[in-house]
Amino acid sequence: MLAFILRRIIQAIGVLLTVSLIAFSLFRFVGDPVNQMVGQDTTPEQRAEIRQQLGLNDPVVVQFARFVGRAARFDFGISYQNKQSVAKLIAERFPATMELAFVSALFALLAGIPMGVYSGLRPHSWLTKLFQTVSLLGISLPTFLIGIILIFVFPVSLGLLKSFGRQGVVDLGWWTTGFLTREGWASLILPSITLGLFQMTLIMRLVRSEMMEVLRTDYIKFARARGLTNRAVHFGHALKNTMIPVITITGLQIGSIIAFAIITETVFQWPGMGLMFLQAVQSVDIPIMAAYLLLVATLFVAINLIVDLLYVAVDPRIRIAGRPA
Amino acid sequence: MTTKRLLLSAGLALAIGAGIAGWNTAATAQAPQGQTLRYAFQGNLNTLDPYSLNETTTLALQGNAYEGLTRRDKDLSIIPGLAERWETLDNGLTWRFHLRRGIKFHGGEDFTAEDVVFSATRVRAATSDLRSRIDADVEVVAVDSHTVDFKLKRPNPILHYEWDTWYIMSKKWAEANSAVQPTAASATTPGFATLNANGTGPFRITQHQVGVRTVYQRNPAWWGKVEHNLAEIIFTPITSAPTRVAALLSGEVDVIDPVPLQDVARINASANARVMEGPELRTIFLQLDQRRDELVGSSVKGKNPFKDVRVRRAFYHAIDIEAIRRQVMRGAATPTALLISPLMYPEGGQVQRLPFDLAAANRLLDEAGYPRQGGPTGTRFEVTFDCPNDRYVNDGAICQAVTAMLARVGVKINPLFVPRAQYFAKVLATGGFNTSFYLLGWTPGSFDSWNVLHNLVRCRDDQATGGRGAFNLGGYCNQQVDALTDQILVEPDVAKRNQLIAQAYRIITDEASHIPLHQQALAWGVSKKVELVQRADNQFLFHWVVKQP
Repeated sequence: MLAFILRRIIQAIGVLLTVSLIAFSLFRFVGDPVNQMVGQDTTPEQRAEIRQQLGLNDPVVVQFARFVGRAARFDFGISYQNKQSVAKLIAERFPATMELAFVSALFALLAGIPMGVYSGLRPHSWLTKLFQTVSLLGISLPTFLIGIILIFVFPVSLGLLKSFGRQGVVDLGWWTTGFLTREGWASLILPSITLGLFQMTLIMRLVRSEMMEVLRTDYIKFARARGLTNRAVHFGHALKNTMIPVITITGLQIGSIIAFAIITETVFQWPGMGLMFLQAVQSVDIPIMAAYLLLVATLFVAINLIVDLLYVAVDPRIRIAGRPA
Repeated sequence: MTTKRLLLSAGLALAIGAGIAGWNTAATAQAPQGQTLRYAFQGNLNTLDPYSLNETTTLALQGNAYEGLTRRDKDLSIIPGLAERWETLDNGLTWRFHLRRGIKFHGGEDFTAEDVVFSATRVRAATSDLRSRIDADVEVVAVDSHTVDFKLKRPNPILHYEWDTWYIMSKKWAEANSAVQPTAASATTPGFATLNANGTGPFRITQHQVGVRTVYQRNPAWWGKVEHNLAEIIFTPITSAPTRVAALLSGEVDVIDPVPLQDVARINASANARVMEGPELRTIFLQLDQRRDELVGSSVKGKNPFKDVRVRRAFYHAIDIEAIRRQVMRGAATPTALLISPLMYPEGGQVQRLPFDLAAANRLLDEAGYPRQGGPTGTRFEVTFDCPNDRYVNDGAICQAVTAMLARVGVKINPLFVPRAQYFAKVLATGGFNTSFYLLGWTPGSFDSWNVLHNLVRCRDDQATGGRGAFNLGGYCNQQVDALTDQILVEPDVAKRNQLIAQAYRIITDEASHIPLHQQALAWGVSKKVELVQRADNQFLFHWVVKQP
């Protein structure tokens, strides 16, 4: 087990280096950061001087080596735009994104699994057809459109919930949370639904097809033959066996929830890392972009590792197969 | 049900009764606490350091907490600020400013001449982005505790034109917090003044988290006449335009800037908000590359068609400015013949646009030797057109319209629409002025024509020493205009100076050095509860805001 984790960490370092190299070669095409840092009256000489100071005239290889050297010491420099430590900015924004991702994932699971189970068990019921329609919408509408529709239905037309921002935040010192106040929840609900709708759809469809698949297998028939209640058969035997793909998908999707939060965060002006990243791209704030990409890559690697470990815990077959003879 | 209704109507009657009877008492009871104004802008307030970024909204947001020696009034005229009055001595070589007495910074420090001298040094530091506020060779001397002399090497009639946004900082405070210089671009630690503000203005900043929110609170000790009724202002950036509009319509914010033009009618039709539109100072214009011997992006090889004044004039004649105003800008633009807003140069009326005239355009292009190839609807030549799509109001749509208009006279435009970061990287000095035809907007920071002529019109020095012609991306060059520009800088007589300026504008219009399009309009979404002053320089100052409870 330890060897497995160690191997994964070494792989992770390789992934991170590759990500930063790709990111660095892309940064040359996003535009010139200096023009975004100064006002119009700044002369070309002064602009050239700033370029020089930032080391933007150095070859890409030198810039890359410098970045990796600093990143290894967790020093991501200071933002071009607002002259603050990037590590601190990300630390400030991290809780917002994580809470949003957490609530979205929770929503996707809590709504998606029951809907999937129901439509797997009663494929012809009218409620199933409704679920299918909703899921079709969830999969086909782009995130920003869902967000804007929700904003116009709830805050604008009905006067419910908040259309933007993260309000009612309580600072716990090491973490800021919106979970403790009414206002916090009022501003969290719409972005979470927007972000989680796609995942909910995915999970629902997955659970549904898995359920239908599993219910046809022999051991379910045996379970029924043993005279077990429907409830025990459906939830004790069938649902449990659909969980492996659900865990895989949820795990991988948590990564994408965090990464795709960029759009939702922009629509709702949610002060998370995604919004900060988008603004950094627009203003060519290279230190923020680089640090964010590294962080997202790290999260993906970590989530994959956890998913692999969870498999072993959930499915005894993997454990047995992996045991030395 | 009936009891509920009964209670409701009773409550309503009570409220109305109380409202009529107690209007005055209610108002006076409310006044001491004051109102909370919630304001949303599309961009972030990236720094509180008043010398870090020379940009309108940044300076305006800072300007609610900081103040300069001068201020600009609602109509942009210059009025006293921290200086009560000023005079020029030694034939304009010395400017003497008399400072207001008894003023304190928010942190409690006294405001004295020392602070002005310190601020003059700090604003000219190598790390400042506002070095253009005072020339490097101006000597600043404290005569006594409340008198400051500015000693010039040559007269400058517009010395104080930009001083409303040259904010005075406290020397003591800056020294105590090691903020004697603005944070350098290459700094590795953030500066104190980036996150903290200590001005003398009507509001002090009590909370600031970049990109999230900034909270202002009324400064009870402010020296000026209080015209607002605010206790607190909460500034939040809202990047996404539909969300910004939604937040205004749902009453979650009171003021938004800007309103997308397509949403103006919807907001005006709503029950609780309206759009305030007004002319802005920014001029949008086109320019052709008149400098290279062969264009970088054109089908014409071996020569540059834009060196020929007839071709430039033909392009000018081909622009149907009225169609752009009506269709693209939905009426929210004022066509112009100048590179400066008429608000900053009222004498501009004597210069006229070249009229929209397709026949003239076609004739000029024929004469210049670029006939249509292959019949009366053929193409004369092709040229690439660089255009930002997220910098100015509807910039991408303007460029599409221009492309279609030029197609009617046989010029095929290959448009290259990119986000502003890539756009400026290509067309400015760092990209080697790599453009044949481009769109740009300009607001002279000094509100004066010299800035326009110096930056946009005079011959570009390729090193652009001192910014000479730095934004004359098309490289128009006329020695006569250059000579006029130099004269305008030092001419102290206002009438004579205005004549020189007019002369320069007439020459460049005749030669079609640029193709001015329009002044874009400001569009702020404002709650019906709020009265405010919309200044044409797009600065939103909170001390002119009155909000009904």
